[in-house]
Amino acid sequence: MELKTKVNAAEGKMDLTITREFDLPLELLFRAYTEPEIIEQIMSNPYSTAKLLKFEGRNHGSYQQESTDAQGKVVFRANGAIHEFSPNRKISRTFEMENTPFGIQLEIYEFEALTDSTSKLNMHVIYESVDQRDQVLKLPFAQGLNMAHNRIQEIAGKLK
Amino acid sequence: MNLRRDVFQAIADPTRRAILLLVASQAMTAGAIAANFETARPTVSKHLQILTECDLLEQEQYGREIYYRLNPEKMKEIASFIEPFRKMWDDRFNQLETIMKQIQSKKSE
Repeated sequence: MELKTKVNAAEGKMDLTITREFDLPLELLFRAYTEPEIIEQIMSNPYSTAKLLKFEGRNHGSYQQESTDAQGKVVFRANGAIHEFSPNRKISRTFEMENTPFGIQLEIYEFEALTDSTSKLNMHVIYESVDQRDQVLKLPFAQGLNMAHNRIQEIAGKLK
Repeated sequence: MNLRRDVFQAIADPTRRAILLLVASQAMTAGAIAANFETARPTVSKHLQILTECDLLEQEQYGREIYYRLNPEKMKEIASFIEPFRKMWDDRFNQLETIMKQIQSKKSE
């Protein structure tokens, strides 16, 4: 089966690309990146609620977002400057996770219509170094391991 | 075995990637591998040593010859390493698609 989301991260490079085809018209896809309430909804998951502390969707704008867990504790905060904001075409921005050693990444989002009802997003993400890119790439892998580990502890705890 | 090297560091080099491709089809001796490259024999040997150290290649002795072959288990580890990152984005995009479809259908009602 063809994967809908593709990640291309060549070894030894400080960038990567993420591409995805959507069963959505271009305008609707772009709206998912422009309306604060929709952005918050998309960034939230069963474990955390996302909130935009600041969002200026325009050229030379900026943003700041945070996620809180069920107890209201802030688990994630990120911010960045928006360089270009061209409706239905392109967004370029920086992204930085606050209080982490991952540095700044430059993100270039390109939106294109495939048909009247389908569209495509091309993301090009450039990191400060090869090492930093690899650290970020490994993050979900490490989290996955942690989650598996916690789950095992949880199950093991019940067996006691 | 001395595991001082990172697998990802090992595959960062184009010659080492070419070696992995070569031995993917069949086990080969160091001499047969080196014959495919312009580089000096000791350089190829060094690459083979690095690939062996991080378990991407396995050595097998046949008579007087040592054959190198790919360790598919270790290769799988590399392929799966990026998978959680891809999955994270895939989940995020799936959620985006679902939410936007709800908005789309609400609008057309």
